Amino acid sequence: MTLAQGVQLVTLALLAAMMLGSALAVVLLDNIVYSAFLLGGVFISMAGMYILLNAGFVAAAQVLVYVGAVNVLILFGIMLVNKRQALQPIARAWLGQLVTGGVCAGLFALLTLSVVNTSWDISSDTPVGEGAIAEIGKHFFSDYLLPFELASVLLLIALIGAIVLARREFIPDVSPGEPESDTLQLPERPRELVSTADLRES
Amino acid sequence: MRLEYFLLVAAALFCIGIYGLVTSRNVIRVLMSIELMLNAVNLNLMAFSNYLDPVGINGQVFAVFVISIAAAEAAVGLAIVLSIYRNRDTIDMEQFNLLKW
Repeated sequence: MTLAQGVQLVTLALLAAMMLGSALAVVLLDNIVYSAFLLGGVFISMAGMYILLNAGFVAAAQVLVYVGAVNVLILFGIMLVNKRQALQPIARAWLGQLVTGGVCAGLFALLTLSVVNTSWDISSDTPVGEGAIAEIGKHFFSDYLLPFELASVLLLIALIGAIVLARREFIPDVSPGEPESDTLQLPERPRELVSTADLRES
Repeated sequence: MRLEYFLLVAAALFCIGIYGLVTSRNVIRVLMSIELMLNAVNLNLMAFSNYLDPVGINGQVFAVFVISIAAAEAAVGLAIVLSIYRNRDTIDMEQFNLLKW
């Protein structure tokens, strides 16, 4: 189950570099489609970290839910709201970015200080490893039963809410004389043809 | 392999997420930044679960809950973005002033 320490360390370094690089690219790149695909890179390297932390089930759930559902959902969102729009420059935008960068760096320094200075009570037990699935199942059906059921209700609410929010308000009515066309036009899309080369946000 | 490495990586990811959340003007990018922050929190939970509570693994259970709630959040968030885009015909965060004044 346990790899050698050096291999683990190198893997962790690789995954961390991949994850932080992709995350920076997600935030900083101009083209939002590149950002969305690199977000998948962040999620996959996060799943690798979960495997390093002896949690195979959560890694599988991460790949299934994040890469398979959330990332695809974001890509669909980008395709639906694909608007070529020159964002109006706001005055002193660089100042806001500078201040935000400073605040984030300060927060990171603060977190680093507290992480390094705390003496963690590291447990000496061996991790359950492969038995984690059975352990999670026991938790779900004993002491976390109520949150588990509430999560299912929440997912149902989110499903219905998303449908209600994203539904089109009007249905384009067809007069009885004219023939009904086969192609449905989405009012979200701009009327002109969208070229793939020009997807950048501004 | 120490707990601190994972915590530092998670802290860096969280700060990147905050930076993107505040500075980006595209709505979809704001949603992506929120996902980054949720992932950072998940990494914290998993690291604590492995190093401080390796037998009980309550952290993994919490991570599963966070993952499911993040999925619901992404769906509802994108629906809201679609709805606002249909009404305002823009994706610029600076022009979404429906609740500001």
